[in-house]
Amino acid sequence: MVTKIFTKEEWVRALKGAKDDYRIYLPVKHKDFHAFELLSDETAPDFEFQNTRLSPKSLIFPQSERMFEYSLDEKDGEAHIVKETPKDFYPQAVVGIRPCDAHALQLVNVNFDNPQYKDPWWVKRLESTILVGLGCNEPCSTCFCTSVGGGPFSERGLDVILHDLEDVFLVKPITQKGETFINKLGQGRMADDTLSDKAEAKARSSLEKVTSSIPTGKLRDKVVTELFEAPFWEEVAFACINCGTCTYLCPTCWCFDIQDEVLGKEGDRIRNWDSCMSPLFTLEGSGHNPRSEKCQRVRQRFMHKLKYYVDKYEDGVQCSGCGRCVRYCPVNIDIRHVAKLMNDFAQ
Amino acid sequence: MENPYLPYPVRIDEITTETEDKNLKTFKLVFINPEDEEKFSYIPGQFAELSVAGKGEVPIGIASSPTEKGYLKFTINRVGLVTKHLHNMKEGDVMGIRGPLGNSYPWDEMEGKNVVIIGGGFAFTTLRSSIVYMIQPENRKKFKDISVVYGARTPGLLLYRYELDQWEQRDDIKMHITVDGTDDPDWKYNVGFVPTVTEQKITSAENAIALVCGPPIMIKFTQPVLEKLGFPSERIILSLEMRMKCGIGICGRCNIGDQYVCKDGPVFSLAQLKELPNEY
Repeated sequence: MVTKIFTKEEWVRALKGAKDDYRIYLPVKHKDFHAFELLSDETAPDFEFQNTRLSPKSLIFPQSERMFEYSLDEKDGEAHIVKETPKDFYPQAVVGIRPCDAHALQLVNVNFDNPQYKDPWWVKRLESTILVGLGCNEPCSTCFCTSVGGGPFSERGLDVILHDLEDVFLVKPITQKGETFINKLGQGRMADDTLSDKAEAKARSSLEKVTSSIPTGKLRDKVVTELFEAPFWEEVAFACINCGTCTYLCPTCWCFDIQDEVLGKEGDRIRNWDSCMSPLFTLEGSGHNPRSEKCQRVRQRFMHKLKYYVDKYEDGVQCSGCGRCVRYCPVNIDIRHVAKLMNDFAQ
Repeated sequence: MENPYLPYPVRIDEITTETEDKNLKTFKLVFINPEDEEKFSYIPGQFAELSVAGKGEVPIGIASSPTEKGYLKFTINRVGLVTKHLHNMKEGDVMGIRGPLGNSYPWDEMEGKNVVIIGGGFAFTTLRSSIVYMIQPENRKKFKDISVVYGARTPGLLLYRYELDQWEQRDDIKMHITVDGTDDPDWKYNVGFVPTVTEQKITSAENAIALVCGPPIMIKFTQPVLEKLGFPSERIILSLEMRMKCGIGICGRCNIGDQYVCKDGPVFSLAQLKELPNEY
């Protein structure tokens, strides 16, 4: 596959030229954060960020998504029959996704696309998406991707990776899908050895800038019931206000709720992101709630990511080390600290 | 790609009020598209998501047996948003059904064994399915003795009264029906709590497997009785409930440890549960 060089102006111009063939999402600067937005002629993308406030997970798994629709009008011959809401799965490209967030999509994929059931919307949308990563020259102080199977220039889950070399991007296709996309853009020049070497050196040096880590090596061997009963959960959960920020920001959280919404005689069945931090998440019709207490819910979140997932899939933890939950938790609950407690736990 | 969230359309064929408090009704459902019935191939112990357009879905154990063709039966307690609405629906109404979901009772393991069925209150639905399935002539020979302990608070709260009386007449199934108490002078069966009656009537755990389904309090006190009888925890089988949405192990809420009650369950052996966090 051919690695190319684009000046930053050329890159944005080339993307704008391809926006009829793909829906292209790019990071755009708001006051104090970056967010992915659909590219239009007016869009001014900005690649000067450490990470976007939210991962682009919602472009594959929308925060709120219509699943089905139905009529409740008795005059309608098909009243009460639930039908699939028509959707298009137009090709889309997410340009500027950080490697941790692409890795996260891979971690979530095992949930939505498993040997027994395939979530059709997730599968089709992921298939129609090209992930163009932007390697991290300046990782955050809270990043710990290197200890969970990723890295600032990890190619896991990406179709293309960009190396930011100040005034130019080195654009390296990783998959066939990624190469097709780059060829469609039709611009850029071949990368020469000098620039390729420079990109490699930069990537190597950024690896050393990831100074934060979590220990995970002993999690698999812990007895789940012992870890569950460990004495530290009360202390971990003590300050938690159950705001749900961690689950909302997490690129690997996948839980959702299903609700019916009716307007007049038309209705929709919709799924919405949900959060294990809410007591309603597990409240049963009888009033019984297996996780009625805050401590149980906090434990569920960490046990799911760092133990249940590890046991179930035998492919590491359900965390890509983006550090968002660490940065945004209003009471400073730190997954790195909890992972250490769990990994070091001995009965 | 099959959409596992899409319900099959069904019509309510018959509604039977089961209990004197009128809180439990049995819905007999018929597929609107006959080809859907073939796709919905189930075994006793599985459940389905019942779908009411405009209200939502609710996971309910299948009360009919696969040996009963042409319809499905669900006995529904009136509890929340969807079930309250269901109780107000009428015969002929259209709704939806998604499934079959979950594992089932361990039928391979049960073959050649004495089967002890212990049920309490309205948690008798998938046990009813199992009994009907086992006493069907071709299936009956696969199992040794079948004993049933089934209790409710009062005679009027027992489900499937017409069938209980029929099963009492049979000599290929030993019925031990009981109520916590009654002032009915004509009551001809047992009086006493399910664990007590189990202790009196079930005499051996030899080559036996127990299916237990009931309210938590019943399970709590039945478990030591079975253990005392000599049932190893691998042969005490429980069916669990949990709040569910997707029913296919994707939406993430019904987990016990790394197991989803909807997909890996709802049926677990006590031995399996002992290895999982106590959070259900």
